[in-house]
Amino acid sequence: MVLILFYITSAVAIFATVMMITRLNAIHGLLYLILSLLAAGVLFFLLGAYFAAVLEVIIYAGAIMVVFVFVIMMLNQGQKTLAQERAWLKPGIWIGPSLLALILLTEMLLIIVQGGNVASAHVVDSKAVGIALYGPYLLAVELASMLLLTGLVGAYHLGKPLLNAAKAGGNS
Amino acid sequence: MTGVPMEQGLLLSAILFVLGLTGVLVRRNLIMILMSLEVMLNATGLAFIMAGSRWGQADGQIMFLLILTLAAAEIGVGLGLVLQIFHRFKTLDADAVDEMQG
Repeated sequence: MVLILFYITSAVAIFATVMMITRLNAIHGLLYLILSLLAAGVLFFLLGAYFAAVLEVIIYAGAIMVVFVFVIMMLNQGQKTLAQERAWLKPGIWIGPSLLALILLTEMLLIIVQGGNVASAHVVDSKAVGIALYGPYLLAVELASMLLLTGLVGAYHLGKPLLNAAKAGGNS
Repeated sequence: MTGVPMEQGLLLSAILFVLGLTGVLVRRNLIMILMSLEVMLNATGLAFIMAGSRWGQADGQIMFLLILTLAAAEIGVGLGLVLQIFHRFKTLDADAVDEMQG
C-alpha cells in the first residue's frame, strides 16, 4: 500500500520536475515546481516525517513560491503586460498541474479514509524533532537564525536602490 | 511494516537532483536557474528525510530544517540579485552577465 503510493508520488514528482525544466515560460514552470514540491511533501508524509511534510507545504510551496511569483510579476511591467497575462492564464495551462494535484489529493484522501496511519517503518514525530532541535542542535539553530538575518540584510541592501529609483520615478 | 525501500528513495532523490542540475546547466533564464536550484535543494532534503526515517532518528528532519533555512535565505538574496541584473541589463539572460570575462 505505502509502496504503491510511494511509486505514484515519485512519478508525479519526477514528471512535474521534467515539465518544470522544459517550460519556456517562467510562470508555467513555477506551477509545475509547486507540484513537485507538493509531491515531495506527500513523500515526507509517507516516510513518517510529518513535521517536515507540513513545513515543506507551508514554507517551500507557500512562502518561497510566493516570493517567486512576486518577482516574476514585478519583472513584467509595461504596455504589453495585459496581453501577456491573458496569454499566461489560458485555461489549457492549468490542466496539467491540476491533474497532478488531483492525483496527490486522491492519495491523501485514500490515506485519510484508511484511518490515517500509513505503515511507515519509523515515524519521527515533531516532539522528537523539537527536543533534538533545542538540545544538541542549539548552536545550529542559532547559526540558522544568523543566516536568515544575513539574507534579510542582503536582500534589503540589494533591493534598496530599486526602491529609491521607483520612488524618484514616481515623483517625477 | 512495509516501509519504503531506502535504495529506491535515494534513487528518486538522485533523479530529482540530476534533473535540477540539468535545469541549472541548460536553462539561461535566471529565474528558471533559481527554480532548478530549489529542486536540487529539495532533492537533498529528501535524501536526509529518507535517512532519518530509515534509522528512526530526528537528525534527518533537522538537517531538512537547516536546508529550508538555507533555501529561504538564498532565494531572498538571489531574487534581489535578479532584480538588480534586470534593472541594469534589461534582460534575464544569464549569458548577458559575463562582463567580468572570468
